[in-house]
Amino acid sequence: MIAPARQPVLTPPGPLKDRYDAVIIGAGGHGLAAAYHLAKDHGITDVAVLDRGLIGRGNTGRNTAIVRANYLTSEGVRFYGRSVELWQGLSEDLGLNLFYSARGHLTLAHTDAAVRVGKWRAEVNRHEGVESRFIGPSEVKELCPMIDLDCGGYLPILGALYHPPGAIAAHDAVAWGYARAAQRLGVAVHQRTAVTDILVERGRVIGVTTPAGTIKTDRVLCAVAGHTPKLTQMVGLTTPITVHPLQACVSEPLQPWLDAIVVSASLHCYVSQDARGDLVLGASLDPYELHSQRSTLDFLEGLCGHLLDLFPFLGQVKINRQWAGMADMTPDFSPIMGVTPVEGFFLDSGWGTWGFKATPVCGETMAATVARGVNHELIEPFAIDRFERMLLVGEKGAASVGH
Amino acid sequence: MKLIDCPGIGPRPIGECVYGGPMLKEPDPAVATDAEWAGYVFPGSVVASGQPEWWFHRPSGTWFVAERDTTRDAILTTYLYRPGSREDEGGGDD
Repeated sequence: MIAPARQPVLTPPGPLKDRYDAVIIGAGGHGLAAAYHLAKDHGITDVAVLDRGLIGRGNTGRNTAIVRANYLTSEGVRFYGRSVELWQGLSEDLGLNLFYSARGHLTLAHTDAAVRVGKWRAEVNRHEGVESRFIGPSEVKELCPMIDLDCGGYLPILGALYHPPGAIAAHDAVAWGYARAAQRLGVAVHQRTAVTDILVERGRVIGVTTPAGTIKTDRVLCAVAGHTPKLTQMVGLTTPITVHPLQACVSEPLQPWLDAIVVSASLHCYVSQDARGDLVLGASLDPYELHSQRSTLDFLEGLCGHLLDLFPFLGQVKINRQWAGMADMTPDFSPIMGVTPVEGFFLDSGWGTWGFKATPVCGETMAATVARGVNHELIEPFAIDRFERMLLVGEKGAASVGH
Repeated sequence: MKLIDCPGIGPRPIGECVYGGPMLKEPDPAVATDAEWAGYVFPGSVVASGQPEWWFHRPSGTWFVAERDTTRDAILTTYLYRPGSREDEGGGDD
């Protein structure tokens, strides 16, 4: 029997036009989701998504694929809570299995301060209608039987913030699902098309230049994560974003043994087991600024040592791959989104170490913002002018990653 | 293990050092606008290489200046801060 020929997920987009209603820079999950929602929710289909590389090759394909809404501020919980709602129906919406799997998310507390923040987050979460509660060590052990509650004796687990909707998903599928759905609605996705400059005249965007020619447009959405400073430089905008590598790795595939997503900020370690059986592992942000995707042995040694504090039986397990992404960090650990002082230039940035989970809600809110020219209400707290107004949205206490 | 050349001590593991951020000139808080002040307390990324940065060697308690190429993770030069030197054009804190 001859297997049917495999259909390509994306058909070639056709030649690049010299004008679009909107141009989106960055064909990662965020940019593609925004294109999809521009077409689906607002009927704006004359949209080009440009990427200097390939779909999902940036931070969309480099994160540890965790979805959760257990943040610390009301603004954050409302925003990420809406994202989790969208995630739960996303495979059906996009017509592609995203391997979305609700596992329950445990943020371990090893210190009194962490217990206090865990209880604080649980209260804020419940107030905003997000399911979270603080549990004791015995319940942690029930949810995760292989864990060593003593952590080698030096940082015993005192409890955990338990967030049942916490989930993982296949991140490549997210990018491809949005790309295909957007293309079916008329969006043109042009890979290997770098934006070399953004043209601004009298304070407003008039187009972008690429090696394939100049494109006229009066709306540009920048969704490029760690490359944001280069793009904002093109329009003369300054942001407080700094760029640090965030490293991650996966183990060899194992029999399923870990259901929950386990995070320990004190031990600089977070781990989940994906559908293939790999342990997906992350640790801390690199300690000094770099515009590079290099990874290091120091990171791997530190992470694996702490993983063994939590799960000593993994001593013989091998690491298969490690890599890094460029995280665009902000001072308050919240994103920078929406309209900017340059008319027609929209930012979806400052996604640091927390961007993957926000993919659907970024698509929805940025599309509304680009379509109407004013910030969607859910992203108003994340406006670029909050720094000079000293109205920060402090989410460091809800970060999984050590910083 | 990556090494950094600590002025006066010689090459040390970079893990002994703490990155202290870019050298910036503090605006006069009495006259600075909110935007200028925010730009000072929340400095963004400098994409160009060779910008003076503060580094701190913990074991010896020494602050020094490093210039790096942040796209290659390369340290170009390190030196002790001297008032009135080149970094004072964009730096200096008094």
